[in-house]
Amino acid sequence: MLQPPTLPTNYTIKPGHIKTSTGKTIRTEEMIVNMGPQHPSTHGVLRLEIVIDGEIVRECIPHIGYLHRCFEKHAEQMTNYQQVIPYTDRMDYCSAMTNEWGYALAVERMLKIEVPERVEYIRVIMAELQRIASHLIAVGTYGIDSGAFTPFLYTFIDREPILDLFEMTCGARLLYNYIWIGGLSHDLPPKFIEQAKEFCKYFRPRLKQFNDLLSYNEIFVKRTANVGVIPKDVAINYAISGPQLRGCGVDWDLRRDDPYSVYHKLDWQVQVGKGELGTSLGDCWNRHMVRMREMEQSLNIIEQALAGLPEGNVKAAIPKRIRPDKDAEIYVRTEGSRGELGYYIISDGTASPFRVKARGPAFVNLSVLPEIARGCMLADLVLIAGSIDIVLGEVDR
Amino acid sequence: MSAFGSYFYNIFHSLYTVVVGMKITLKHLFQRSVTIQYPTVKKAIPERGRNRLFVNIDDCIGCDQCAMACPVDCITIETCKSTPDVDLGMTSKNTKKRLYVSQFDIDIAKCCYCGLCVWPCPTECIVMTDVYEFSEYDRHNLIYSFANMTADEITEAQRKLKVYDAEQAAKKAAAAAAPVPPKPEQPAPPIT
Amino acid sequence: MDIHSLLQAVQGFLTNEIVLAVILSSLPLIFVLIYVLFVLYTEMKLAGHIQDRVAYMRTGWHGVLQNIADMVKLLLKEDIVPDKADKLFFRLAPYVTFAGSYAAYAVLPFSSIYIGANINLGLFFLVASGSLVVIGILMAGWSSDNKWSMLGGVRSAAQMISYELPTSLAIVIIAMITGSLNLQEIVKFQDGGIQNWLVFGGSLPLQQKLFLLPFTIITFVIFLVSSNAEINRTPFDLPEAESELVQGYFTEYSGLRFAMFYLTEYTNLFTVFAVAVSMFLGGWSSPFGSFMSGPVWGIFWFVVKTYVMVVVQIWVRWTLPRVRVDQLMYVSWKVLTPWLLFCLFAVGFILVI
Repeated sequence: MLQPPTLPTNYTIKPGHIKTSTGKTIRTEEMIVNMGPQHPSTHGVLRLEIVIDGEIVRECIPHIGYLHRCFEKHAEQMTNYQQVIPYTDRMDYCSAMTNEWGYALAVERMLKIEVPERVEYIRVIMAELQRIASHLIAVGTYGIDSGAFTPFLYTFIDREPILDLFEMTCGARLLYNYIWIGGLSHDLPPKFIEQAKEFCKYFRPRLKQFNDLLSYNEIFVKRTANVGVIPKDVAINYAISGPQLRGCGVDWDLRRDDPYSVYHKLDWQVQVGKGELGTSLGDCWNRHMVRMREMEQSLNIIEQALAGLPEGNVKAAIPKRIRPDKDAEIYVRTEGSRGELGYYIISDGTASPFRVKARGPAFVNLSVLPEIARGCMLADLVLIAGSIDIVLGEVDR
Repeated sequence: MSAFGSYFYNIFHSLYTVVVGMKITLKHLFQRSVTIQYPTVKKAIPERGRNRLFVNIDDCIGCDQCAMACPVDCITIETCKSTPDVDLGMTSKNTKKRLYVSQFDIDIAKCCYCGLCVWPCPTECIVMTDVYEFSEYDRHNLIYSFANMTADEITEAQRKLKVYDAEQAAKKAAAAAAPVPPKPEQPAPPIT
Repeated sequence: MDIHSLLQAVQGFLTNEIVLAVILSSLPLIFVLIYVLFVLYTEMKLAGHIQDRVAYMRTGWHGVLQNIADMVKLLLKEDIVPDKADKLFFRLAPYVTFAGSYAAYAVLPFSSIYIGANINLGLFFLVASGSLVVIGILMAGWSSDNKWSMLGGVRSAAQMISYELPTSLAIVIIAMITGSLNLQEIVKFQDGGIQNWLVFGGSLPLQQKLFLLPFTIITFVIFLVSSNAEINRTPFDLPEAESELVQGYFTEYSGLRFAMFYLTEYTNLFTVFAVAVSMFLGGWSSPFGSFMSGPVWGIFWFVVKTYVMVVVQIWVRWTLPRVRVDQLMYVSWKVLTPWLLFCLFAVGFILVI
């Protein structure tokens, strides 16, 4: 049976000695502290076992699994492929549309279903709106981690129009069950386009305001710059993806480099960390700024997609009983809000999948924490864990 | 920039960004707040809003599609076939109802509000309403029973079904045992 | 026992020195208790409106009774002492902290006729009683059997000690200009109108004032920053950094003891800004010179000026993120202290010539 990760068995608490000026020696000791499952700033039920020497972190081991809900097992028990979609919603609950899209795309590619162009455009709009909403949570809670309580409220106020748009379209604010295999559950309601355009107009100045309030604030920059630096090769070796990878300076975005849907038809830039303002590539500040700039690019994508939205049906002609071939298997990856979200589906010829494995980006991104947390201070550890932007639903599934 | 220059730049830049931040919060101090006083003021739920389920049991034909579509198995349906002499009435879509629905329970605590049960219903009798304030003190009160047959009616219907089935079985047995009557003479086909 | 002798007894009782001293010294306590309710309400409402939300609407009209409800709730909570905690220090710590911060009220000049103890070492006494608060916090952090509390307590001690230096240097500069450490004397020095306030150079000849002006303003700003750090408010609230150490050194406290710590924080807030007001902004003197001035008006001006400073501090608190421990030390030792030393030399130079 797999053992949970612990400190290496030969790890002994290292005693130290400090010599005072009078010649006496004071014995010091490292402490093992628990940043427990319940903590105001571990973004969910994550347990961090930390060995600290005063204020410096020597080792940091994350213990996960407190939110494991057997998503993959549930997917095998469903009576058809469509029923799995509410379960995919609940994995990364801050970014449900991208989860659904990844799964639907996987099944559609397995069955070689072509969806109408209108569906592709609407899916892009929804996914980018969801990306903005998810990044707003990430940067808002990051502000709280660093002590600024106000930006969090501002980001949540900004999320309201997005959630209203979603509620108008599919009826739910957080877990949508909207992107179905072969299309969507509902077509856009009549007022959607103008309300979405209003949101885009409203949101741009709010981004600038947020940057002025938090991102460029000298105290914030000093706290997050050169902290938790991930070198490029370490990032690639740990299979990190998403804004965390782009913050290290690696120019990789699945929407452009492994294109799906209509992203190649729209004009937008991949945001990469630049190491400006005295920060180093791969530190917390660059990851934060990549998220801020990605939100702006998402706005561009949404505006273009709204302008170029074609008419058509929102449900493709799919068989009534979705039954892929026996032993058909496929791995499809999409750019979720946190990175490369992959679904690996194996079918056994029946109406329910044999195995659905979800590759959660937050899970993989979290694995780099012990590497980069060595040598930082306790206050920095909170910021590093926050900048990885984990959602425990995706880490544990 | 030399160390000396960067020291001064840092100080003045910090003060400047602090003042910029304070200006923003001051602006927000005088803006209207976005809170609505919830129990007295409520936001409107859009038309497609997915909240508590409701079943119009008079329209239900007992096809079990919603129970099969539910991903969390929160709908329990038990039906009982009706005998031909009983007229259960028509649904709103003008189809004849043939099944007694003896049990239609939705455990609304298990429901995940996905709406997958609404799509397959042929008579659109299960709908998602705009009610979202339905907390209860006791978990068992969250199992909603929509069927409206009393226990006596259910036992009566099941008894009638048993009797009818027995009769039908007896008739079939009698028909199989009785001799086949000779075929009547066919009239000669007309010569064309 | 007739009425006459009864009244005489009461009069004798009230004019007894000790009884009078007790009554007069408990006046600031009553003031503090009322003031804390007021400032808590202000803070929550200001925080709410800065964040585009309303805070507290249910208890009373727009939530005015909320703090009373909070206090009642804290008083009714269960009295928990952790099993492995150092019981004596755990129980003693909140009171030591409060005593340290309340002792400072003895030397605050509320008005020209009311000052608790008109001692010539007023400011020195203030700095010393601030150190008692540090002891209380260390006791609290150490005695709760909790590594996080200990970290918080130790951080707080380091912070308060290192920020006593800029505070003391600012006090020295003021003492140089006014020639006294007695707060009442300092306020009297600034009597007569807004141009006499020490932040604008004090009641000195105009030439000297113009030269002094930049240095007194710098001293004022630095004093505000270091007094923020003394009282553990954002951006310097590491010891109670919610996102890191749960609640820092008072994690294990609940009920009345927590209420004492909470009270201490707001008492300290008033003290520190009252000192800033007395030293730089004219204390109880009216900014209009002789209009609206007098002993009773003194109390009004004192409280209003302090309240305005507190509002500014609340505004700063809800805007800025937190500073890290080593950056805190950097700010204190490498930014505030050198600038203050420079101001000290400059002010001394200007006063001499």
